[in-house]
Amino acid sequence: MAVKMFTWIDERLGLSTIYNVVLDRNVPKVNWWYTLGSASLFLFALQVVTGIFLTVYYVPSPDHAYDSVQYIMNEVSFGWLIRGVHHWGATLMVIFVFIHMLRTFYFAAYKYPREITWLTGVFLLLATLGMGFTGYLLPWNQRAYWATTVGTEIPGTAPFIGDFIIRILRGGSDLSAVTLARFFSVHIWFLPAIIVLLISVHMYLVIRIGISSVPKKEE
Amino acid sequence: MAEPNRLERRDFVKVVVAALGTIMGACITLPAIGYLLSPALAVQKKEDWIPLGPLDSYTIGVPTLFSFTRTTINGWERTVNSYGVYITRFDDVTHKVFSNKCTHLSCRVTWQEDLAEYLCPCHDGFFDIDGEVISGPPPAPLTEYETKVEEGVLYIFFVEG
Repeated sequence: MAVKMFTWIDERLGLSTIYNVVLDRNVPKVNWWYTLGSASLFLFALQVVTGIFLTVYYVPSPDHAYDSVQYIMNEVSFGWLIRGVHHWGATLMVIFVFIHMLRTFYFAAYKYPREITWLTGVFLLLATLGMGFTGYLLPWNQRAYWATTVGTEIPGTAPFIGDFIIRILRGGSDLSAVTLARFFSVHIWFLPAIIVLLISVHMYLVIRIGISSVPKKEE
Repeated sequence: MAEPNRLERRDFVKVVVAALGTIMGACITLPAIGYLLSPALAVQKKEDWIPLGPLDSYTIGVPTLFSFTRTTINGWERTVNSYGVYITRFDDVTHKVFSNKCTHLSCRVTWQEDLAEYLCPCHDGFFDIDGEVISGPPPAPLTEYETKVEEGVLYIFFVEG
């Protein structure tokens, strides 16, 4: 019965084709360094899920941000767990994406025909850092406030357009409710949307072209 | 090669993966459900004995308004609601305490000295000194609170609503 049902669904959705193409594809004999891409993808999924859960209680307003985070940590059942996973997952994701990039670089896996895979990967690394930067402000504690003050001041040192960049980042000349709101928006909508798009292209190319093998000594 | 009762490596892996997967799934799902339900499960105790001051301070025969506030905590916010009750002493031992909330549509009633009646200004509801409806749309008498006197202090058993 279950087999018949699966056959019926598979005939229409082509699930086994997806399985064969995505999971059962041929890969060269590789080592543990090649698992970092999957690890990054897993961490991203983890961040999405825990992030969605955090928005249930978090309020991106100077009046409520800090208190709502304290509420999540101290009052909500397993709130400490969800936020803890999101917090450490963020750090791990930056590390994993970065080492994933190093692996690709040192193994020269960015070369023809994988240039676009590399390029989307570069933007994925930047987007990941952007997630870290925007997410850091959201707890609205002293560390968040001053880290973002400094972090937005740095691009402000650029000649001529520095002041304009600060005003774009902060939504005005001061770090304010507008800054918090736009960082929140970028953190939960803009960057995740960009990351999902880039991951789609990245993964499509990995599946289409296949992954490079470990370079041999004589190469 | 295969003995009849020998567990194949492939089957062993399947069972282990299924078991570990179930445990891991439960470890993720149960906290997630608890997280979402958390505020709904935190029931706040709203009823309490409220002191209204020394009983002697209330004049016999004159309904007197007493106002107080109650604070409830919703999430990270404190919500302060104010309430009013009318205390009426009939003699040294008998007294009644009514909510000033009209039983019609929750406007606040006031004691009219000249009429010797409670008036709800919204829809002209009138109640007598015992809280009974005299005229107007109110469907029920004023809500009366359970009272007690301890060491000369009057208390009401306050129930939200």
